[in-house]
Amino acid sequence: MTATLAAAPTAPAAEAPPEALARPRRTGALWLLPPLLLVGGFFLYPLALTVKQSFVGKDGHVGLQVWRDTLDSPEFTDALWHTVKIAVLSTLGCLVLGFFLAVVLSFVPFPGARLVARLVDTILAFPSFLIALAFTFLYGTVGVVNAVADDLGAGQPLVGFLYSPWCVIFAEITFYTPFVMRPLIAAFALVPRERLEVAASLGASPWRVIRQILLPEALPALAAGGSLTLLLTLNEFGIVLFIGAKDVTTLPMLVHAKGAVTFDYPGACVVAVVEVALSLALYGLYRFVFSRTGAARAGVVA
Amino acid sequence: MLVWSRSGRLAVWGLFAFVFVPVVLGPLAILVLAAFAGDWNSVLPGSWTTQHIRDATGGTNLDSVIVSIETALLAGSIAVVAGTWAAIAARNAPRPLRRLTDAVFHLPVAVPSVVVGLGMLVAFSDGPVLLNGTKWIVIAAHAVLVVAFAYSTVSAGLDRTDRIYADAAASLGAAPWRVLVRVRLPMLMPSISAAASLALALSMGEVGATIMVYPADWRTLPVSVFTLTDRGKVFLGSAVTLTLLLATLVLLTAVGMLRGKVEERR
Repeated sequence: MTATLAAAPTAPAAEAPPEALARPRRTGALWLLPPLLLVGGFFLYPLALTVKQSFVGKDGHVGLQVWRDTLDSPEFTDALWHTVKIAVLSTLGCLVLGFFLAVVLSFVPFPGARLVARLVDTILAFPSFLIALAFTFLYGTVGVVNAVADDLGAGQPLVGFLYSPWCVIFAEITFYTPFVMRPLIAAFALVPRERLEVAASLGASPWRVIRQILLPEALPALAAGGSLTLLLTLNEFGIVLFIGAKDVTTLPMLVHAKGAVTFDYPGACVVAVVEVALSLALYGLYRFVFSRTGAARAGVVA
Repeated sequence: MLVWSRSGRLAVWGLFAFVFVPVVLGPLAILVLAAFAGDWNSVLPGSWTTQHIRDATGGTNLDSVIVSIETALLAGSIAVVAGTWAAIAARNAPRPLRRLTDAVFHLPVAVPSVVVGLGMLVAFSDGPVLLNGTKWIVIAAHAVLVVAFAYSTVSAGLDRTDRIYADAAASLGAAPWRVLVRVRLPMLMPSISAAASLALALSMGEVGATIMVYPADWRTLPVSVFTLTDRGKVFLGSAVTLTLLLATLVLLTAVGMLRGKVEERR
């Protein structure tokens, strides 16, 4: 009872009065059990076992041995560095590109702009490896871009590009830009058009309007979309797998190599725990930004 | 609104096309071309063929199509039922429990799909529940990965619907069960069907967890695409990818039609 009283003043005004809530509460908790048990059994329990397994060596010895071996190995340090680099650069690229595309679609619309915006929404539902597969045709050694350059007499400028980290970054920017655009377009829809017109009639240049009117309005959406993209690019697996560059190993790739190719479960679990810790930290940040700016305003609710 | 001169607008649109066409349209167009290409050594394919498409929709690849659809339907239904159930039940639960449910059901978004797969391998390879080697390990992994999206979609839908209708029905003497079936669920129908579409689309394209856990006789389409391209059969891989997109489109259209049917009946 005291808990209900203490919580009442902070609860939003829209909630039903206490007596209406008190009735279903006793049974309400019980109704939550089945779905919670399902997620607990198939998600939390395997996750907990993964953490436990990382402390058990192949010979059944319990200790920090596997952790020390894995963290010291150059392939792990390499993978960690690649993962962070690819994620940060891809996210920055998505933010710049997504902001530009969203501004044009919202404020310099052309005939067919709505169709393009719908197309962007569709791309969100595509599997990411599709982009990587398309890239092999576009930028491979015998790909379209090299063929065009060859025809123009420029030689083959992109030899080896397909297997470099830059290609992975480029592919991730291509795939994840819509994730930044969607919240931005939603946020821009709420900006009163008159405000832009007044600013322009008072002599503000487009740059100044973008800097002083649009950017402040877009910041919550940029923060929410950006941290979601960072989270997703950190965990991206399909694109890296399909491009298949030999010297671009990320943490998810390492988990796959250890877990499904060499069957080194303890080693794979150590990498997995590091990866989960990294993305959970980011996810906490995302939820923080998200709750501060408001889900509806940022428009990122799936 | 933002750029007032005609030449300025044209310049902005030109830049937009310059960025948008190669970045977004290019990859999609190229896949369609590749699916029908006989050989491709210059700018455009040298010859055209429908052989890859025929191969992609027959034999072992047809098995993969069926496996993918069955996986998506089973995992999607489990996720949508569990997600909707949890979202509705959380509304009536005490506040701490509600926050806990919220956290637990959002968590799978933050965990990489490969790690979900690894967890399945570690937990269900031996012991009381043995799933490794059966199709159920793939379905369980998919259900876990999409349940977060189903939950948050339905939860957002609940935020937007007014609970006054449910309260009015209850005050008129309708039993809780009847309020749920006749008032709350129909009002949530748009978000539930959106959750179903999202779950199906994500499950059809899932590769990270599947490649960790799939048994030899339960190979989904994305895994087929990977094995094909890994062996250098890129054109057939593109054709299978195209089949995957078409199959997803058919599933999503079916969900849309089903929703139309349900709303018609009311």
